[in-house]
Amino acid sequence: MNWNWSTLDDFLPAFGHGLLVTLQALVLGTLIAFALGLVWALAQRSPLRAVRWPVTAVTEFIRNTPLLVQLFFFFYVLPEWGLTLSAMATGVIGLGLHYSTYTAEVYRAGIDGVPVGQWEAATALSLPRSRTWTAVVLPQALRRVAPALGNYVIAMLKDSPMLMTIGVLEMLGQARQYGSRTFHMNEPIVAVGIAFILVAYPASLLLRALERRLAR
Amino acid sequence: MSEISPGLWGILLHGVWVTVQLTVFSAALGAAVAFAVGLARTHRLRIVRIVSGAYFELFRGTSALVLMIWVFFVVPLTLGWQLVPMWAAVLTLGCTYGAYGSEVVRGAVAAVPQGQREAGVALGFTPAQRLRKIVLPQAWPEMVPPFNNLLIELLKGTALVSVLGVGDITFGAQLVRNATGRSAPVYSVVLVMYFVLAFLLTRAMRLVERRAKAGVGRGPSPEPAAAAQSGPDRRRDAAPSASAPGGAS
Repeated sequence: MNWNWSTLDDFLPAFGHGLLVTLQALVLGTLIAFALGLVWALAQRSPLRAVRWPVTAVTEFIRNTPLLVQLFFFFYVLPEWGLTLSAMATGVIGLGLHYSTYTAEVYRAGIDGVPVGQWEAATALSLPRSRTWTAVVLPQALRRVAPALGNYVIAMLKDSPMLMTIGVLEMLGQARQYGSRTFHMNEPIVAVGIAFILVAYPASLLLRALERRLAR
Repeated sequence: MSEISPGLWGILLHGVWVTVQLTVFSAALGAAVAFAVGLARTHRLRIVRIVSGAYFELFRGTSALVLMIWVFFVVPLTLGWQLVPMWAAVLTLGCTYGAYGSEVVRGAVAAVPQGQREAGVALGFTPAQRLRKIVLPQAWPEMVPPFNNLLIELLKGTALVSVLGVGDITFGAQLVRNATGRSAPVYSVVLVMYFVLAFLLTRAMRLVERRAKAGVGRGPSPEPAAAAQSGPDRRRDAAPSASAPGGAS
């Protein structure tokens, strides 16, 4: 093992840029995943079969195929269809769309978990549909599923290095670029790996604490 | 679709074979790791629990792609020996998904009622016999559905090996894309291929689940009633499962 601390010093600025890009992708991807997931979940409860069925099929398809291939699909095929996006935008959309199919399941479980009495109470108070959702059902459902949603944020963090393959210079991309420039591969990759643990482990501890609090 | 000539289809089909191999070997390694680490995490010795817990946190915390690149590019440079790309990939995938699986094993084993173990003690079973004849047969049916989810994740995870140059479906797709100069047909075909593989895996695991439940004298699961009331199948309900934080990637 040849470990060189000065290499690490040298890599630090690039690492900083990469970390920033990773976090940006994570935040934007999370926003898309949370919002779109709710759309899928509500669409799957639609009374119209013509809405329910295609949404279920599409989300099942997206969830059962690899994110990496989806990223390639968006990156190479969208320009052929005349829609050219930056690598970062493509990556964020791909990440968000893929995980929205997971968050949709989480939302659905949360909505299913709201007791029937709550719905009946809303009907008894003759609340309009929109108020029933925004004031009665969703607040209870979201509270219940917050930790599960958080788990998917961590999962997205760990999948964010895939954006490297379409040319986004996030942490791993920076490490590889630095490695191919200087032929020092070990230190940057190890640093990136440790960075992931340093972010993911405290976050998962936090979520477990949250889960215990909400369970009460 | 007509752009893909028979030779190029050959590349893709060979890729399917490589992906299937990767999935099978990684799943075998992953299952071994999952049972070893999962059982170690319920061990009565504190030190064993700490070491196996550290393994779990380490592999769950890092990204599989980072780990794979490290094993593939760094280990040969620093240690001087090199793994065949295919086995480097199997090693990382098996260890990573084995860590997720260990949480499944731990949870299922912990869910076996304490009285069952005490009955084993009362009957004079050795600890190994208790594990093999009492605990695991009852825990196993509980493990199958979450293992199915992990298998699908593993199948999707195998796409990462194309970054290392292993000729799986995704790698074949890049070759075909370069050859035809068109992306939409080949990537659509490849996505469908993965979906079909995932579908077959799910079907196979349903069979395993039914047999496992029959083995402990339980019906084919009370799920159909619940599934009927909420429409599409619920096998992936993520929120109520006690799976590990971040265990999905």
